[in-house]
Amino acid sequence: MSGTMTIKLKVWRQAGPKAPGKFEEYTATDVSPESSFLEMLDVVNDKLALEGKDPIAFDHDCREGICGMCGMMINGVAHGPSKLTTTCQLHMRSFKDGDSITLEPWRAKAFPVIRDLIVDRSAIDRIIQAGGFISVATGSPQDANALPIAKPDADEAMDAAACIGCGACVAACPNASVSLFTAAKISHLGLLPQGQPERYRRALSMVAQMDLEGFGGCTLFGECMAACPKGISIDFIKRMNGDYIWGAISERPEKITLGSG
Amino acid sequence: MLKFWDSSVGKKVVMGVTGLILVGFVIGHMAGNLQIFMGMERYNAYAKLLQEDIIEITWAVRVVLLVSTVLHVLAAYQLTMRNRAARPVDYALRDAQVSTYASRTLRWGGVFLAIFLVLHLGQFTLGWKWLLPEFSRGAAYGNVVLAFERPFWVVFYLVAMFFLLLHLFHGTWAVLRTLGLAKNAAEPLQRRLPLIIALVVTVGFSLVPLGVALGIVR
Repeated sequence: MSGTMTIKLKVWRQAGPKAPGKFEEYTATDVSPESSFLEMLDVVNDKLALEGKDPIAFDHDCREGICGMCGMMINGVAHGPSKLTTTCQLHMRSFKDGDSITLEPWRAKAFPVIRDLIVDRSAIDRIIQAGGFISVATGSPQDANALPIAKPDADEAMDAAACIGCGACVAACPNASVSLFTAAKISHLGLLPQGQPERYRRALSMVAQMDLEGFGGCTLFGECMAACPKGISIDFIKRMNGDYIWGAISERPEKITLGSG
Repeated sequence: MLKFWDSSVGKKVVMGVTGLILVGFVIGHMAGNLQIFMGMERYNAYAKLLQEDIIEITWAVRVVLLVSTVLHVLAAYQLTMRNRAARPVDYALRDAQVSTYASRTLRWGGVFLAIFLVLHLGQFTLGWKWLLPEFSRGAAYGNVVLAFERPFWVVFYLVAMFFLLLHLFHGTWAVLRTLGLAKNAAEPLQRRLPLIIALVVTVGFSLVPLGVALGIVR
């Protein structure tokens, strides 16, 4: 094991959603290069707790890079300097002894700060509710291979389904747009036969919801794709736009049925 | 229709379609302008063709271009305001990873191009005397030469063409993605054809003021 490091931290502290926030500086000492980024923060928090101070609040859950809970702006980059990596899978070996690190929460109108580095991401849940589902008959399971799906389609749908909903795309986007997330969800259902009946209505509803939540729009900077820990491609945004356009042309307005039902 | 216009994707589609119309125009305009290197007679005959012989077609094109420009600018303005509002508290530190200089200067570059457009039309089409005191209707060749004998206008036009280069480099690439027409790509940010279009249009346009400044066109 190599020597330990000293890291200077500049952390956004905000007591609550309405409270004003400001940066506070901390020094993390004896940081092992093998520790994860969140473990480094755990140690800082231990020390803060022993001193009777409020620990830094940050989101985390599985710490395996698959749940999508963690995430913060690390030196101006969503999830920090390692590509295809969530904050929890980032390790201190990515930094040097004496480095200064600035930590900020995801910043977007649709992601209000709850406390310190934790933001409320329920807006993206409401985008899912607006159309991120398929309607199927439940009951007895059907045969696993009853629906033929072409391999390239299955692969592409799987690439889109890799999205863990961490919100890094919103955080990294200069417009705070949620297009990459929404596009990934629209595509992973829309590429499969089970997703076809609602394909165009889904694009219309989910796009309408992301506008309603106050996210910005896509101007194809490409920053989302670079920030995405799952490497979701902006090709899906193009697919979302195509589905939206075709939906706007082809979707019949909902029939209003009087009398029955 | 209203719902489509109200949507962020809908407005982007309007920007894309109007943008494509304007790209088509700048390519044609650039090609037409290059006739200045074929002499005064040829150039003035071309101007007469557009402004007298086929004036009905010219007006139809002008209406389409004017409507496209207004929609393009209006949608851009409204989307920009929404995008600003989407991040009320900005980052203390944000480090751009892959976005191009062209994409980051697109909006202010667009503002500059809009100002350029008004001055350009005032100078060579509407004949505003404060922009070009010697303007003479029908003498297209002479007007161009007189304008670009002033270094200020040469520099101003070249700066505008630099912003046009950036605008086309991002816009002609982004439009196919906005309209859902692009193919999947291993490196979606890589582009070749948009660079060629942007360079050809910009260099083609720039040759005219440069030609006058260097004394090739007199």
